[in-house]
Amino acid sequence: MSTVMGGGSRTAAKAPKPVVSGRERDGRVAWLFIAPVLIGFVVFYLYPTLRGLYWSFTDYSLLGQPKWVGAQNYVDVVHDADFWRSMLKTLQYVVINVGSQLLLALLLAALMHRLTRSVMLRTTLLLPWLVPNVTTGLIWLWLLDTNLGFVNHLLDSMGFDHVGFFMSPDLVIPTISLINTWGYAGYTALLFYAGMLQIPADVYEAAAIDGAGEWRLFTRVTLPLLKPILALVLVVTLIGSFQIFDTVAATTRGDPAGASRVVYYYIYQQAFQFFHMGYASTMAILLVLILGVLTFVQLRLLRASESQLS
Amino acid sequence: MITTSKPGRALMAGAAALAAILATAGCSSNDSAGGDVTLQYWMWDDTQVPAYQQCADDFTAANPSIKIEITQTAWGQYWTNLATQVAAGSAPDVWVDQSSYYPQFVEDQQVENLTPYIEKDPDAIDLSLYAPGVADMWVIDDQRYGFPKDFDTIGLLINKARADAAGLTEADFQNMTWNPTDGGTFEEVIAKLSVDQNGVHGNEPGFDKDNVENYGFIVEWADGSQGQNFWGDLAAMNGFTYSDKNPFGTKFNYDSPELVETMEWIVSLSQKGYAPSFDQNSSLSRLEVVKAGTAGMTTMGSFNQMLYKDTPDDFYFATLPTGPEGLKSATNSLTDSMYAGGKHKDQAWEWIKYLASPACQDVVGETGVVFPAVEEAAQRSVEARGELGLDASVFTSYLDEPDGTFLLPISMHGTEISQIVQDALQGVALGTTDPETALTRANAEVNELFES
Repeated sequence: MSTVMGGGSRTAAKAPKPVVSGRERDGRVAWLFIAPVLIGFVVFYLYPTLRGLYWSFTDYSLLGQPKWVGAQNYVDVVHDADFWRSMLKTLQYVVINVGSQLLLALLLAALMHRLTRSVMLRTTLLLPWLVPNVTTGLIWLWLLDTNLGFVNHLLDSMGFDHVGFFMSPDLVIPTISLINTWGYAGYTALLFYAGMLQIPADVYEAAAIDGAGEWRLFTRVTLPLLKPILALVLVVTLIGSFQIFDTVAATTRGDPAGASRVVYYYIYQQAFQFFHMGYASTMAILLVLILGVLTFVQLRLLRASESQLS
Repeated sequence: MITTSKPGRALMAGAAALAAILATAGCSSNDSAGGDVTLQYWMWDDTQVPAYQQCADDFTAANPSIKIEITQTAWGQYWTNLATQVAAGSAPDVWVDQSSYYPQFVEDQQVENLTPYIEKDPDAIDLSLYAPGVADMWVIDDQRYGFPKDFDTIGLLINKARADAAGLTEADFQNMTWNPTDGGTFEEVIAKLSVDQNGVHGNEPGFDKDNVENYGFIVEWADGSQGQNFWGDLAAMNGFTYSDKNPFGTKFNYDSPELVETMEWIVSLSQKGYAPSFDQNSSLSRLEVVKAGTAGMTTMGSFNQMLYKDTPDDFYFATLPTGPEGLKSATNSLTDSMYAGGKHKDQAWEWIKYLASPACQDVVGETGVVFPAVEEAAQRSVEARGELGLDASVFTSYLDEPDGTFLLPISMHGTEISQIVQDALQGVALGTTDPETALTRANAEVNELFES
C-alpha cells in the first residue's frame, strides 16, 4: 500500500499542472492496483456465489433448466441424515487435522527458532507443501495399502498384522487427516517461525536471566507473544481444513460405506454425479454460513487484534 | 483527465479480455470455414485413442469436409467436464456415453434422438450384426439414442504360481460349479488356493483362518448397484433379477432372497479365511494383489485382459463358475451420443454411423483392447489377443450359452442407486449389518427415488 501512495505522490510532484489533488489521485491509482483482484473477485467469487444462492432455491440438474422450488432444498437438507453424517466426518477430520498440524508446526517452528536456522532445513520442511494434494494422496495410498504398501511391509516384518488404513471405517478419517498434516505442517511451521522472529530477543534474555528454562520460555514468552499469528493461522487452517476434498477424491471417494464422505465430497457427488446442482448449492450456502459464524466466534475468542507486543 | 480514465480503461480492458476468452471458449467447437466442419469427439479411455484416431482418419479420408478432433479426459474428470460444457451450451458434438449417466442426459434433452435420422436413412445400420442385447440398451420409449460401441463380459484371473502351489491345473478352473449353499466346486478350488502362515491349505484340517498368508479369492466390494465384477453375476446365476424390467425399470428387487443368499455366501468366504475381511482388502486394485501373488484368484473384466499381454504365461483365465440357473455373465456396453445443442448434427450423424459400422469396429477390434459390439469385429479382438498368448475365448464363450449374458440395469437415478447399494453392501462386508437387513433397507431407499 505504501508503495502505491509513494508512487502516486511522486507523480503528483512532477506533474506541471495538478488538475486533481494528490490524495484523490492516490485513490485512483490505488483502484488501478486493486482492479485485477477486484475483477477476479467479482467474476470468480461474487458472481458464482450469487448464482449459487439462486440455484439453492431451485431444482436444477445442471443439464436442464433450473426450476424455482422456494425453500424446499433447505427443508430437505435439514432432514438429510447423509448431510449431517458428512458434516460430522468433516468435523472429525478438522479436529484431528488442525490439532495435529498446529502442534507439529509449533514444535517445528520452536526448534527452528531456538536450535537451528538452517535455510536447507526450512526448504526441506516446505517440500511436502509444494506437492499437489492429489499427488500426496496417491503417494500415501500406495505407501499405506493393506497388501502392497511399504508401511504394511514394515509392520509385517515387525510382527504386526496388516492395517487397512483406508479400508477401516474407524481409521480412514484419521489417516486422511494425518496425510494432510504431513502435507501442510511445514508451511504452517514457517508462518509460526516468521512470527517468532518478530519477538524481540531481549525479552528472551530478560526471562533467561530471571531463570526461565526452555519450556517456561516457550509457554510464557513465545506463546503469548505469538497470539496474533496463532489466531490468524488457526482461522486460515480451519477454513482450509473444512474444505477437504481432493485427498478424499484421489484416495477413497467416500468409502468404506461413506465413512470418509466429507461434506465437500458429498456436495460434489450431489452436483456432478447425481445431478442435483440445486440441492448441492443449498448445502454449499449453508456451509458458507456455518464457516462465517465459526470464524467470527474464533476471532472474538482469541481477541486476535490485540498483541501483547504493542 | 488522463488519470481519471485509467482505472476505467483497465476495467474495460480486463472485461474485454475476459469476454474474449469466454467467447473463444464458447465457440471453439463450432468453427466452420468454407464448408469444412470440425467435429469435437470426447472419450475417456486412453488405451482406445489410437484405434479411434485411426477411425477418424479413415472417416475424414472418405468425407474430406468433416474433420474429427478427439479429446481424451480421464474418467475422474470426464463427467464433470461434460456436465459443465453442457451447462455452458458448448458440449462436444459427439461423446462416448455410458449406461449409468446417459438416462439423465436424455431426460434433460441434451442427447439427440436418432430415430428421425434412422427413418431418413433406414439402411444405415444393421442391428443384427451386434452381440445379443447391447443394441437394446440405447432405446427409451421406442426412440433410439445411440448404437453400441463394444461389449464386455466377466471372467476369472488366476495366479499360476498360486495354482501350482495348490496342486491345481488349468483344467480345474474350467467348468467349475457354484451354488449359494455349499459353494460347489468353486468354493473347493478357492479353499485349496488359500494358505495359512504354517503352509496349511484351506481344504486341509488345521487351517488357521485367522492367520492367512495367501487368500484364495478377492471380492470386489466397490461395485455399485450392479455387482458387475462378482456379486451381480453370481446372483443372476441364482435367479436374481435387478428390477421389474430392463432397461428403465422403476421397481427394484434388491431385497430378494436370491440376492440375500448370494451375499451370505460371499460374506462367508471371509469368515472361513478364504477371502480377506473387508478392511484387509487392498485399497489399490484387486488385480495387482493377484499379480503380486498375495492372493490366488479374482474376477476380471474382458476389457482388462490386455494388462497381461507381457506376462501371459503367469496367469490362467477362466469363465465364471456355472450357477443353479446356468452360466451367465453381466455385459455392459458404451455408445456414442450426439449433442442435441450441436451445430453440425448432420455431420455428427455421419460420424456416429461410421463409429457403429463394421469398418470402424474392425479397426478397434484389431487392437485387441476391447470387444467391439459387432460380433465379427469382436472375433478379431479375440484373434489379436490370441497372437499375444492371451486366451480371450473364455470371455466370448458366454455368447454360446442360452441367455449366457445379461444386461446390467439401466434406469433413472442410476448413480444414486449405485451409491445406496454399494454403501449397504460395504456395511455387510464390514459386518455392521447382515445382508437381509441391509438389502431390505437399501431397496426401500432405491424404490423411494422413483416415487415422485
